[in-house]
Amino acid sequence: MTDTITPYRSTVPAARDGLPALVRAEWTKFRTVRGWVVAAVVALLLMPLFGLLGAAGSHGEVGGGPGGESRAGHRAPPTGPGGEAVNDGPYFVHRPLAGDGTVTVRVTSLTGVVLPLGNGPGGLGGPAGGGPAGPAGVPPTEGGAQPWAKAGILLKESAEPGSAYAAVMVTADHGVRLQHNFTGDTAGPPGAVTADAPRWLRLTRAGDLLTGYASPDGEAWTTVGTVRLPGLPSSVLAGLFVATPGDETFEQHLGGFESIGEPAAATATFDELDTQGGFAGSDWSGQRIGATGRPGGAPGTGDPLVEGGFDVSRGTFTLTGSGDIAPFVTEGAAAVERTLVGTFATLTVAVVLGVLFIATEYRRGLIRVSVAASPRRGRVLAAKATVIGAITFVLGLVAAAVTVPLGRRLLRDNGNLVLPTDGLTELRVVVGTAALLAVAAVLAVAVGTILRRGAGAAAGVIVLTVLPYVLAVAAVLPAGAAQWLLRITPAAGFAIQQSVVAYPQVGHPYTPVAGYFPLAPWAGFAVLCGWTVLALGLATYLLRRRDA
Amino acid sequence: MSPLGGGRDAGTARDQAGPAGPGPRGPRGLRGPRREADQGSSAGPRPAELRTADLWLADLWLAVRAEWTKLRTVAGPGALLLAAAALTVAASAAAAAAASCPAAGCAVDAARVSLTGVQLGQAVVALLAVLVVGTEYSTGLISSTLAAVPRRATVLAAKAAVVTGIVLAAGTVAALGSVLAGRLILPGQGFTAAHGYPPLSLADGPTLRAAAGSVLYLALIALLGLGVTTLIREATVAVGVVLGLLYLFPILSAVVTDPDWERRLRQIGPSDAGLAIQDTLGLPGAPIGPWAGLGVLAGWAAAALLAGGLALGRRDA
Repeated sequence: MTDTITPYRSTVPAARDGLPALVRAEWTKFRTVRGWVVAAVVALLLMPLFGLLGAAGSHGEVGGGPGGESRAGHRAPPTGPGGEAVNDGPYFVHRPLAGDGTVTVRVTSLTGVVLPLGNGPGGLGGPAGGGPAGPAGVPPTEGGAQPWAKAGILLKESAEPGSAYAAVMVTADHGVRLQHNFTGDTAGPPGAVTADAPRWLRLTRAGDLLTGYASPDGEAWTTVGTVRLPGLPSSVLAGLFVATPGDETFEQHLGGFESIGEPAAATATFDELDTQGGFAGSDWSGQRIGATGRPGGAPGTGDPLVEGGFDVSRGTFTLTGSGDIAPFVTEGAAAVERTLVGTFATLTVAVVLGVLFIATEYRRGLIRVSVAASPRRGRVLAAKATVIGAITFVLGLVAAAVTVPLGRRLLRDNGNLVLPTDGLTELRVVVGTAALLAVAAVLAVAVGTILRRGAGAAAGVIVLTVLPYVLAVAAVLPAGAAQWLLRITPAAGFAIQQSVVAYPQVGHPYTPVAGYFPLAPWAGFAVLCGWTVLALGLATYLLRRRDA
Repeated sequence: MSPLGGGRDAGTARDQAGPAGPGPRGPRGLRGPRREADQGSSAGPRPAELRTADLWLADLWLAVRAEWTKLRTVAGPGALLLAAAALTVAASAAAAAAASCPAAGCAVDAARVSLTGVQLGQAVVALLAVLVVGTEYSTGLISSTLAAVPRRATVLAAKAAVVTGIVLAAGTVAALGSVLAGRLILPGQGFTAAHGYPPLSLADGPTLRAAAGSVLYLALIALLGLGVTTLIREATVAVGVVLGLLYLFPILSAVVTDPDWERRLRQIGPSDAGLAIQDTLGLPGAPIGPWAGLGVLAGWAAAALLAGGLALGRRDA
């Protein structure tokens, strides 16, 4: 009862109660209980089952026609140099550039309008990628430029959608930016462009280094940034561009959120254009990137605002365009983690297994035998955690590795647009799912050791790990509260499954309902690990201090 | 333990086994203590159905008292009830503090927001119900219980009655506290009369229905947990099954994109459909009406109780 008692030290040879022997003992305990093995198999099956169920209940909406159900307008977005899905539909006025060169221009205005669809929501895909646009005859509404409407200098590998590029630009609400290859974004001087406060821009190519500059007066230049475009061919296209995302409003309601998208058009005026370096010819040609089969920008829908166009008079260029040049972010597309919706079910079973693994020992009194066999009690716990962690990791890995390709295939067959994911990210999602299950099961063992009561421990761990996820994903809570929950509870670990990236340069509600966790994947996983380490520490302490 | 129930049933068994003697024996004898029943072992011929019904009621009453004794003499259930009420109110208050209505027509269901804590409270209530049956099996008490009350349906009915009663009590506290918290907090979040939100009041029909319905919802969740545990007999597994059942449908319906699928999932899921009782806005477009939704949950609870009851009646304890 006093602190002066020396803890018991076993005299059993280390080889008898070494960790490998204990792990083997715990493994034997696990595999010889038929109910647990059945539960493990059930856990293995639940993930593909719910993944396929979720995929079966999702039919294509992206790029749907006016009815929202048509698959005719379904069109996968191009992929950028990094392998991610992108929007690439700016209006681009260019000349070929061989080797190094510099473009300087003054932007004097950037305005925009919203093009109503006239048939309600349904333009999920927006105007980008050559999708359907508003019918002719509906007058555009004055909505002002979209916050991320862009105008400036673009240097692009080719007119192919998705090809490498770098651009220095002014935006409506986000100042000067230097963007490259869709995902790269560097902020420059803030402030919008007006007739009273025009903005000079300059983009210089030197090898595969591109440098963007901005200036308020054409005299004093500040460097916005330098980007490297490895493998950029010597011969590229360079010139002026205008781009704008569609007008989207989002409304969260119980159970999900709705996005109502309408295409938008932006118009920019440029003057004092100056080109230096290896430019060939003197004729500027304009085209909407991605508008295949319509060379020269011939109207396809009859709406010049949608198709875009340009006009030169006395050195003043006026460009109009309706597509964006940015990463593809839309609610309607399915990310790969959509197929892993069954993780929570497998996790529930894994937690129950983890709790049972220790709680049954207390219920049956087996714990006394266990600690008699291995008086170093911490090792008993370590062996249990190792065994349950390894089992759940393996079954999670198998389940996820089977579910992802099957689910993706079913989603595609149902006409869904599945976002492309690069191999490393997909590996992280699959292995991370397995790790998430393993760590949650270890957390369950620790909490089971602390509480020594199976039902209470299982309820506690499930409520801590699954309930915040449910409340956040099913939009029961407002986005702010949901993000807060997913930062501090073990449910933060679900972030490891997120393959989509929140791009600040694309206006979108990056909320849990839309599949965006508040923490980065590994940071969220670290929160879960932190909880587990704390619980394991407390469990070890209590196991040593208490009578078994 | 249930000494009363045990005595009653021993007496009944003797009654039935004994020879039918002369002399009237009214219902008074049935409710009397055991000694009296033993002395009056000269039961006369009387309508069998009346006797069965009376016996069953008397049995049930004694079994309910036994269950009540079991519940109130251990610390766990009381603590869980307190936790259910406290966590519900706390989570409701937190949700109310996180909600906001910046302008008129923000289409947020104030009653539903102020009763959000039921999402957390239901887990505690489910745990309580699971433990009421689960501990009997984990401690072996079930053998004594069934020896004392051989009619197994009576045991289950008594447990259901007691659990329903205590959950209704705790749920009433939780719902009243939640509505009160919403009434105090929501006006500060922009839910003002100017934005179309009068202060939450139980005098308002839909709000009263949402609050009272939440109490019934919690009771039905408890019955669902009771039935599932009676079927499974292992408390830890039952907790996983019940919570999985509650969380499965909201997650699935958030993932599917087909409106038809989503609607269907919201119509059949126990938690989604049951919580429709809290809706006070957007009712015409809702997947399921408030009372119909609660009816779906009642169906789940009844199915679980039926399955549990059948299993209890056919299996060895």
